[in-house]
Parts: sequence; C-alpha cells; structure tokens
Amino acid sequence: MALEKPYADIPSTTIFDLDQARKGYHLNQFCMSLMKAENRARFKADEAAYLEEWPMTPEQRRSVIARDYNRLISLGGNIFFLAKIFSTDGKSVQHAVCTMTGMSQEQYAQMMANGGRPPGAN
Amino acid sequence: MARITAGVATSHVPAIGAAIDNQKTGSDYWRPLFAGYEASKRWMAAHTPDVVILVYNDHASAFSLDIVPTFAIGCADHYAPADEGWGPRPVPTVEGHPELAAHVTQSVIEQDFDLTIVNRMDVDHGLTVPLSLLFGQPKAWPVKVIPLAVNVLLYPPPSGRRCFELGKAIRRAVESFDEDLNVQIWGTGGMSHQLQGPRAGLINSPWDNAFLDRLIADPDGLSRVPHLEYLREAGSEGIELVMWLIMRGALHERVAVRHRFYHVPASNTAVGHLVLENAP
Repeated sequence: MALEKPYADIPSTTIFDLDQARKGYHLNQFCMSLMKAENRARFKADEAAYLEEWPMTPEQRRSVIARDYNRLISLGGNIFFLAKIFSTDGKSVQHAVCTMTGMSQEQYAQMMANGGRPPGAN
Repeated sequence: MARITAGVATSHVPAIGAAIDNQKTGSDYWRPLFAGYEASKRWMAAHTPDVVILVYNDHASAFSLDIVPTFAIGCADHYAPADEGWGPRPVPTVEGHPELAAHVTQSVIEQDFDLTIVNRMDVDHGLTVPLSLLFGQPKAWPVKVIPLAVNVLLYPPPSGRRCFELGKAIRRAVESFDEDLNVQIWGTGGMSHQLQGPRAGLINSPWDNAFLDRLIADPDGLSRVPHLEYLREAGSEGIELVMWLIMRGALHERVAVRHRFYHVPASNTAVGHLVLENAP
C-alpha cells in the first residue's frame, strides 16, 4: 500500500521526503563537498569539470550551473544542502531564496519587512 | 542531584550570527531584534547554568544524507564550529559535558528512546547562534553544552508528541544524576518560515503567537498537532518548531514566563523567544 502524502497539495511547496532525498542523493552530497575550502576553489575554477566527478543527472548539473534553485529543489535538492552552493558564491540565504519567488531582491526584502508573505490559500 | 531549572526557546537564523560576527547588531535593521534579547541576557547572566542541553537541528553540516539520525546526542568533550560554506563562525569551541551526556543517554535509551550517540561532530549555526544570542561574544562560552540534534530536514521528523515525551525522559534522566548541577534545556529553530519555492517568505504571526501561548499553557495539547499543520501554517521550515516541545517536556507542567519576544523578520524568518522557569 502506498504511503499517504497529505502534504503533496501544499501550494508551491516541495517537501523533502525520502523519495526526494533518493532522487537528490548525489546532488546533495556534491553540495556537502563544498564545505571544504579546497573543493570550493576547484569548483569555482571549473564548475562543469567538478560536477562531472559526481554521478548526478545532466539536468541536475545544468541546474547547478544555472543556479536554478526551484529546478534543483524539484530534482531532489534540499535548501540546506543547496546553501553550500550560494555560500560558495558569497550570496546570502535571502538572495538565493528570493530567486525562487520571481521577485527582485528589493521587492522580496520589502515584503519581509512588511511582515512576510501571508499564508493565504493553504 | 542535578536538576533542570529553566528552559529557553529561540530561533537560530544564520543571518543573526552573521550580524553578530560582523558587528551589525546596532544597524536599523538588526537593532529591534537584538533589543528583544537584552532582558534575557541580563536574566541569563544572573542564572547562568552549569550545563545547557541544547536541542537544535544540524543543517547538512555534521550529517550528510549518508546517515540521518532522528535524535542524536553529543557525548564528546568538545565540538568545533562547522564550516558551512563561508568558513567557520569566529566563536569559541563548544565544551561538552561527557559524564552527564553519557548518563542522560543511558537513562533515556532505557526509557525507550533510541538515541544515536555522537562522539565527534562539528556544530553549525543551529547551535552556535542561540549561544551568541544569550551570551554575546565571550572568549569562552560560560556553560558546558550537550548537543541534541534532531532531524527536521528530511521528512518525516519525529512527531511533536514524541518530542514532548523525550523531554520528559530527559528531565527524569537529569534528576537521577548524582552531581549537583544546574541544567537548562534550550529548544531552538523556527518560527514560521519557508526557504524554498514560490511560497518562500511565508510568515504566519497569528499562528506563531498561538504556538507560544500553547507552549506555555497547554504543551500537552500542542504536542498533538500533526506535522501537516506546521507545514501548511508555518511553512516547510516551520516544522523545526517540534524541537521546542522537547524543551517544554523537560520542564514542569506549570511554568513562569520570564521573557517573551516575537519579531518579524530576521532575513526570511519569524523570530520567537521565551525564557521559562519551573513554577514554584
């Protein structure tokens, strides 16, 4: 019998469950490798070559290079693993997160200063 | 006899650590947040415990997807700040309390909670930001720390009920330790926030404040709230709040609120903070 996933209909949200973790295992483990300064340097020097060392799908590799975080989440990435990529880029959490919302950083920061996004239709 | 005298709840947003480390706490953006911790820092200076059992979640720092323990207790004598991708935070090494940790571990496992034992790990912002918020920037932390890492990244995390019951088991464990130690338990993470997808930036202040009310006055009822409600109402990362129930379970049924603070935003997150003492 299939497990229930009552969280599947939460709008615009991917819950990082075991199915997602299975899809994203190598992607997330690549992210972990960026916790070492020497790996960050090698990644920055040649991203494509570094990514070839990890048994990820071509789409996962392309999405890393494009810093397409929504796509990476759908391909099994988890935001706290992906954080190693934008930390390597010297970008803040807020910078990376707002790229997933279709808002500019200014618009997003203003929304947060105004109390954040209301839960709305959920 | 050792005893748990107080509980602290606080969010552990990484940007708060960066603001402290980069001397930005006085900026227009950050001043209101840090002002909310001033009274707690004074309280803490007068009530500094010997040991803090610090409940937090590791953010893919010590634990990759190779091994994902649901509950992991640190039994080491020290823990280094983790390099999360921009170098380790410039904060002191965290000193452990291996004797109390071993005692709590054995006692809690014998009470049917199957903890994972960790003898070496680095600790990330989830553990060090709360220490910075309550103790500032000392040369050495004034307390020993027993880290208790909870998986809230990979769904499903432990239920609120399980967390609450674990807190009770920890209290029984501490109270059976012979040495006369003043122990606090801290629950960290939350409050409402979502860091992914087009719904990122979600904040739910009414829900957060109701959570604070119930954590104080009706923790047993609150512990029965299902994960789905956290995810819908407090965002995908708001599920971290189940960790606060471990802290609350370790306190008495009735508590006195020494401090309560709520602030939006810290980066992407609603910040909540409580200082609770066991009611006499």
